[in-house]
Amino acid sequence: MTAPLVSAVNVGKSFNKLRALDRVSLDVMPGEVVCVIGPSGSGKTTFLRCINQLERIDAGAIWLDSELVGYRRVGDALHPLSEKEISRQRRITGMVFQRFNLFPHMTAVDNITEGPVQVLKKRPEEARAAAMALLERVGVAHKADTYPAELSGGQQQRVAIARALAMQPKLMLFDEPTSALDPELVGEVLNVMRDLARSGMTMIVVTHEMGFAREVADRVVFMDEGTVVESGTALQMMTEPAQKRTRDFLRTVLTRN
Amino acid sequence: MRPKHYGRTTAVVVIIILGVLLIKAFADGQIDWATTREYLTWPSIMWGLANTIWMSVVCMIVGIVIGVMVAVAHGSPNPVLRAAAIFYAWFFRGTPVILQLLIWFNLALVFPRLGIPGVWTGRTVDIITPVMATILGLALNEGAYASEIIRAGILSVDKGQTEASKSIGMSHLQALRRIILPQAMRVVVPPLGNEFIAMIKVTSLASIIGFSDLLKNVQDIYYYNAKVIELLMVAAFWYLIVVSILSVGQAAIERRFGRGFASTARR
Repeated sequence: MTAPLVSAVNVGKSFNKLRALDRVSLDVMPGEVVCVIGPSGSGKTTFLRCINQLERIDAGAIWLDSELVGYRRVGDALHPLSEKEISRQRRITGMVFQRFNLFPHMTAVDNITEGPVQVLKKRPEEARAAAMALLERVGVAHKADTYPAELSGGQQQRVAIARALAMQPKLMLFDEPTSALDPELVGEVLNVMRDLARSGMTMIVVTHEMGFAREVADRVVFMDEGTVVESGTALQMMTEPAQKRTRDFLRTVLTRN
Repeated sequence: MRPKHYGRTTAVVVIIILGVLLIKAFADGQIDWATTREYLTWPSIMWGLANTIWMSVVCMIVGIVIGVMVAVAHGSPNPVLRAAAIFYAWFFRGTPVILQLLIWFNLALVFPRLGIPGVWTGRTVDIITPVMATILGLALNEGAYASEIIRAGILSVDKGQTEASKSIGMSHLQALRRIILPQAMRVVVPPLGNEFIAMIKVTSLASIIGFSDLLKNVQDIYYYNAKVIELLMVAAFWYLIVVSILSVGQAAIERRFGRGFASTARR
């Protein structure tokens, strides 16, 4: 039996008094695509950010590629990892943000080569060739030397996906990747994500795109108030959710679309 | 009918009258313009000008280097670094720069010898020359102001940029150097340009501790020939020339760091 790529066990996270995550457990197998849905404030984004350590968890544990995230176990005690170790662990995952977060002072291709050159110490020409191939793959090769401000939102997000892929992650995290886009630009980003899923990439996608979830997700997880309410196949979740909260949420989302 | 702008009309009349009076004052005043012209390119004036310029450049460079370090320390999660940064800015911004110059220059009164104990020491009067005291005084003072400017620049960069840098595995310092500081530069260059312009003029304070800047050399001449205003005009002329050149350079640098920011780059 293969080991899960991500294994979260009873993860808890609070911001001051607010309980953002409460005993969240989730396993993601290699090659699996998991969509996380739920109302805003349900902890979906926080959960993603805990996996790549933009947030530090305060209860439970996360294993990523069989490594304990953020800590080293010595006997019975847990010691926080050094910054260098945390940076290395972050490279297991690629992150795509809701608001793209491209580096505005660099062209599209420089955004993509930045990580490989600075972090992986690749030779610039080698990194550029790889970046061009990635831009080709996400369909923005013709904009390689353009600054982010001159790209459409959809193009920016596709460059951001390429930037994450350039680090050759084992897991891709998507934090509402289409929420900041104009409706007509959503499709082009979802297409890139669909291709990525077909290529066998392991993905956790926080999204409100039910169509995408139904088509691509192996599993859909519904979160509310910091907990996992239920999970199942996309079909199960959309046609016969077990929990009333899931039904209520899906009704509001589906009627809104 | 065109609207009447009484306020504007009055202001224009007042400005014209004042302008005429000013020109008349200079024409009537017993300013020996020939002397001003004669001393404009006098060797010791040229030396003073050169000293003013290189001293300003050195103090700005050292000040900005200190400023970046203090700003980064201020944003550090380490409380000792942060406290040291806050103390530094508090002390050097809280005392007049002329006082700081005097303290450095008179250091020999309380510390006869300086150096690294056991390795090397020297007499303070030999180490803290007017040049050294000026560099210490002005650069350390500039560092305090530059640190606040650079800190504001760092804070102006969206938090998402740090997160994106981390997500591709960059360390804190890599993210600062490659992603945050280059973007902060855009915000930081105009106020640092102002600092540089101020620095050109502030070097004149060092004349009181014997640094041979433009003003000191001008004073040395008028103490001798008593052509006070004529020589002060020489100094004013050169300060204006240098500051004007700097303003042009500042605009060029602003364009350079505005790349990728379409709205500001294409003003």
